[in-house]
Amino acid sequence: MSGAAAAGRPSGAPVLEVDDLAVRFTRRGEADTSAVDGVSFAVSPGETIGLVGESGCGKSVTSLAVMGLLPRRNVQVSGSVRLDGRELIGADDATLRGLRGADMAMVFQDPLSSLNPTVPIGTQVTEVLLEHRDMTKKEAADEAARLLDRVGIPDPLRRLKEYPHQLSGGMRQRALIAMALSCSPRLLIADEPTTALDVTIQAQILELLRELVVDTGTALVMITHDLGVVAGLCDRVHVMYAGKIIETADRHELFARPRQPYTGGLLASVPRLDSPRGAPLTPIRGSARDTISWAEGCAFAPRCDNAQDDCLTEVAGSTVELVPDGPGRQLRCRHPLEHPPAAAGATASGAAR
Amino acid sequence: MLRFIVRRLLQLIPILLGLSVLLFAWLRALPGGPAQAALGERATPEAIERYNELFGLDQPIYVQYLKFLGRAVQLDFGNSARTGRPVTTEFLERMPGTIELTVVALVFAIGLGIPLGYLAARKHGSWVDSTSVIASLLGVAIPVFFLAYLLRLGFAVELGWLPGSGRQDVRMDATRITNFYVLDGLLTREWDAAWDAVLHLILPAIALGTIPLAIIVRITRASVLDVVNEDYVRTANAKGLATATVRRRHIIRNALLPVSTTIGLQAGLLLSGAVLTETVFAFGGVGSAIYDALFARDYALLQGFVLMLAIMYVLVNLVVDISYGFLDPRVRVQ
Repeated sequence: MSGAAAAGRPSGAPVLEVDDLAVRFTRRGEADTSAVDGVSFAVSPGETIGLVGESGCGKSVTSLAVMGLLPRRNVQVSGSVRLDGRELIGADDATLRGLRGADMAMVFQDPLSSLNPTVPIGTQVTEVLLEHRDMTKKEAADEAARLLDRVGIPDPLRRLKEYPHQLSGGMRQRALIAMALSCSPRLLIADEPTTALDVTIQAQILELLRELVVDTGTALVMITHDLGVVAGLCDRVHVMYAGKIIETADRHELFARPRQPYTGGLLASVPRLDSPRGAPLTPIRGSARDTISWAEGCAFAPRCDNAQDDCLTEVAGSTVELVPDGPGRQLRCRHPLEHPPAAAGATASGAAR
Repeated sequence: MLRFIVRRLLQLIPILLGLSVLLFAWLRALPGGPAQAALGERATPEAIERYNELFGLDQPIYVQYLKFLGRAVQLDFGNSARTGRPVTTEFLERMPGTIELTVVALVFAIGLGIPLGYLAARKHGSWVDSTSVIASLLGVAIPVFFLAYLLRLGFAVELGWLPGSGRQDVRMDATRITNFYVLDGLLTREWDAAWDAVLHLILPAIALGTIPLAIIVRITRASVLDVVNEDYVRTANAKGLATATVRRRHIIRNALLPVSTTIGLQAGLLLSGAVLTETVFAFGGVGSAIYDALFARDYALLQGFVLMLAIMYVLVNLVVDISYGFLDPRVRVQ
């Protein structure tokens, strides 16, 4: 729980605006699948937002669509993605390559497989600098050493000559972060950056990311399924389910008063140190496969304890929409969780630990 | 590194010992014998006995083997029964031809195979891809001797574009230094002799290189298809690198790791396996010598050639293993 986040949302025009983003996978001989549908959010400089949800909810596809990294074949992307006001959907490959690595960068989930095993770390850092910044090889090498030092890799000159398999997991992720930061991007997307790491290393990497946002004013999009990460880092949170955003709220609000039953279930399923020994965990029943299409009704309805007949389109006569739900909040639910006023604090910090 | 090389070379000793025993036994298990082959089917038993006595073939097999072994460690494999010349001399004369042929065949297979395999993978599912898959299947399936005859018949006999037999026009009367004809021509500045030797290599090299070409296309294609889906290629694209950099440094470099292993194995096979091609093109290399020696039951030459080829095979594989370490730092020998 940092003071910086509590200071409120930074002002200024958003770095990234995503409007009504949809991604469909089309394969010949198979029905189209909608991976992401009608997703909208914005991130301002120095702000961190979280895209939260379980595997397959579309959060990673969203990030790849923003970066323009989805394969072109068999994929349809629609809607609008603007980086500093510049439309990226439909932009040509050369334009996107010019922006990627320079203005928007990404840190991936598995640092070992995300690094080229046959190329020294140094080359993998300097190649970004040489591509986007007007530097000589010597300058790039010096800058690479400075970057590794900045992300907390000891003895950077030696590490630059080493290969990924010679580094520890935490160091590899730091190296990837160094590459992502090398051109001081306006936007950084971190896709589950701590999932493959030990718990102690996770904390260090998150702390590093937090510092970098504070120092550089980079807009950060954290993609995660880990509510602990959200609690420690994000200013605003978008919860996704089956390709749609189902709840948006300020971090404190979300932890204190989750409205969507899915969000409530996620929070309730986090193990807590202060619960009595032997107390059972509270999972969300069913699995992500027990879903219906959003056209048929609320996709979470089959697993939802609050579900009623009018969660189905057939009964209600309309699909479930994302609607404003109090100041700064949005909600896609007909039967949300109700909360007595002000029972906050404890829940948020509990889930954060 | 040095210890690694020494250890690998020491491993040669049991390999060669075992191979020599097997070879010795197998050759003598063949029906007929050198005497029969040399004297003809109607040779009298007395003549055969005298022949065997003369060449020490009447002694117990283990005595023959130990005598052979004693000389072999000094690289003396005796004299060829067919030509009467020392086997080692024959080998040194003929091996350069086979090496030249192998090198050109590999250059053909690699130079064409890697770009084709890459192209097929990048145009995955297109006609380029399916054509190359079918063509490489054909390439593997077609018998070498058939392809060799076809090439010879078409391009040498019918069209007369290229020479179809031998290593060099005998009228060249070129100077020999190393027995690498192309190299000799360059060293002695007999440019026409070098060029003629190159022309003589083309058809046999295509015949010999077709199977490795087909294999390299398939391995490269599969490997590139694997690598383009690797996370690190996505990382490279996320860094906004130029397409050419992504291709060269992040795709091809990694995709070539399995290809290089294949090339190494193929190089070893080609060096020893050119028997059919060399025979069709009357190419005076190691392969055609083995073919002739087999019919003449030329024990000395067969034993010597096969053992020396085994040494070369192991050495080629050693070079491949060492070079693999340069390509893939994860397996680099400490």
